Amino acid sequence: MKNKLSAENLRISFGTKDVLKDINVSFREHEITALIGPSGCGKSTLLRSFNRMHDLSADAKITGTIKLDDTDIYGNDMHATEIRKRIGMVFQKANPFAKSIYENITYGLKINNLPHSKDIVEKALREAFLWEEVKDDLKMPATRLSGGQQQRLCIARAVALRPEVILMDEPCSALDPVSTLKIEELISSLKDRYTIVIVTHNMQQAQRIADKTIFMYLGEVKEEGPTTSLFEDPKHELTSNYINGQFG
Amino acid sequence: MASILSTDSENIMQPKNKLSSILEWGTLVGSTILVCFFLLVILWEIFSKGSSVITWEFIRSLPTEGMTKGGILTPIIGTVMLTLLTALFSIPFGVCCAIYLNEYAESNWLTRLIRASIRNLSGVPSIIYGLFGLALFVQGLQLGTSLLAAGLTLGLLSLPYIITTTEEALLRIPNSTREAALAVGATKFETIKDIVLPSSMSGILTGVVLTLSRAAGETAPILFTGAAFYINQTSVSVNQEFMALPYHLYMLSTQHQSIDEVRPIAYGTALVLVIVVFLMNLTAFYIRYTYRQHEK
Repeated sequence: MKNKLSAENLRISFGTKDVLKDINVSFREHEITALIGPSGCGKSTLLRSFNRMHDLSADAKITGTIKLDDTDIYGNDMHATEIRKRIGMVFQKANPFAKSIYENITYGLKINNLPHSKDIVEKALREAFLWEEVKDDLKMPATRLSGGQQQRLCIARAVALRPEVILMDEPCSALDPVSTLKIEELISSLKDRYTIVIVTHNMQQAQRIADKTIFMYLGEVKEEGPTTSLFEDPKHELTSNYINGQFG
Repeated sequence: MASILSTDSENIMQPKNKLSSILEWGTLVGSTILVCFFLLVILWEIFSKGSSVITWEFIRSLPTEGMTKGGILTPIIGTVMLTLLTALFSIPFGVCCAIYLNEYAESNWLTRLIRASIRNLSGVPSIIYGLFGLALFVQGLQLGTSLLAAGLTLGLLSLPYIITTTEEALLRIPNSTREAALAVGATKFETIKDIVLPSSMSGILTGVVLTLSRAAGETAPILFTGAAFYINQTSVSVNQEFMALPYHLYMLSTQHQSIDEVRPIAYGTALVLVIVVFLMNLTAFYIRYTYRQHEK
């Protein structure tokens, strides 16, 4: 399978603080890649650089290239909104808009001038395993849903735009185990259609859902490989210490 | 030995703690009661002396016979028009300024200076605004003493409050909400217009209504800029002088030649003014309540 998304010689600093030092990674199409590593290792920073979320931080300095297929996403003629339409994102804490469930799905479609019929909303909600639970309450404010449902709504909101890549920043960290399993099942079901990059602190989660795992430490990629071989036979001592829970 | 010492010290501490906690509690409750007491006395004074004057006739008729008879329709209309003009001048600029400061401006010394200046402006005595309005609008811009000049002056007075309350309302919207909109491809402006503003609307509207209710009760800024002593007709025009409830009250209670004769009318005016301000505050409360319900 070909590489969908890749970073070459990526360096990111905020002010005088270097957060990412020369990152070279690639993500294959229709695979789930997990980014793991201790807090502050730069995995969220890396994730957020893929949909240009750092554009808003005035002191962020980014060098190197990030390519989606063959497009340089930081290229001069690229608009951040266009990139974000093609690369969706799901956040750590569910953040539905203070609107109805239905409008949460249609908002992204409307501002991108995409069709937003009821069928499209239904399809997105079905894809996120949420349709059966909310089909009679589409007008209800999304904030009344449970935490797990809200996060699935956020996934539905992202898939409604038919992105090519979906970035997930610890999507289950605020959820109970049952909701977490449901979302993991959902994420696994999405990989036929999307390329998924997920940041997680949960080793079991990475092993359950990821095809490939990347271990990061202090702004560098220390080790990467197929999930099973990385967890069963880590090459690097740091990796083995981290996945065995000796630091975090 | 150690345990005996600690028991001792606890015994000594106990009564002292109790006494001081009663004192602390007493001071707080005492202050609250004192404040409420004076508030009730003021309200009682106004209600008992004003309620007998207020009739439908009092509200809907013009002041007559040198304001010794008749009602207060002219000042009511004047205050309503003045408040509308104030809203027109202060809300758009105030809200836009707050959006700029909170959403766009970088956090540097200039932004901090602007913000500090705005906070300071809200502490400037209102009579200073009146003097400034006289110099700039009445004389400088040749608007004369008029409804327009007074509305602009009160608009200026209200700006710092509207900016501050709007900024606080915007600040309460977490960044994750903005990121959610950006992540589906919204531009910064779309994010603010479609997501941030609707979510903070209850806070913004509450601040706006409270600010306007404060402006409606101001006397000093309109003193030099357009409030008239006595107008014997109801037609209002922005380039004419106008009567306003607070100024009418000031005038009836201190400037009128037969003060004793007009005293009941003064109390009636005071009661109407209190009711107007109370209703505006109630509106603010209602807005916040309904939005909270909606947001749940």
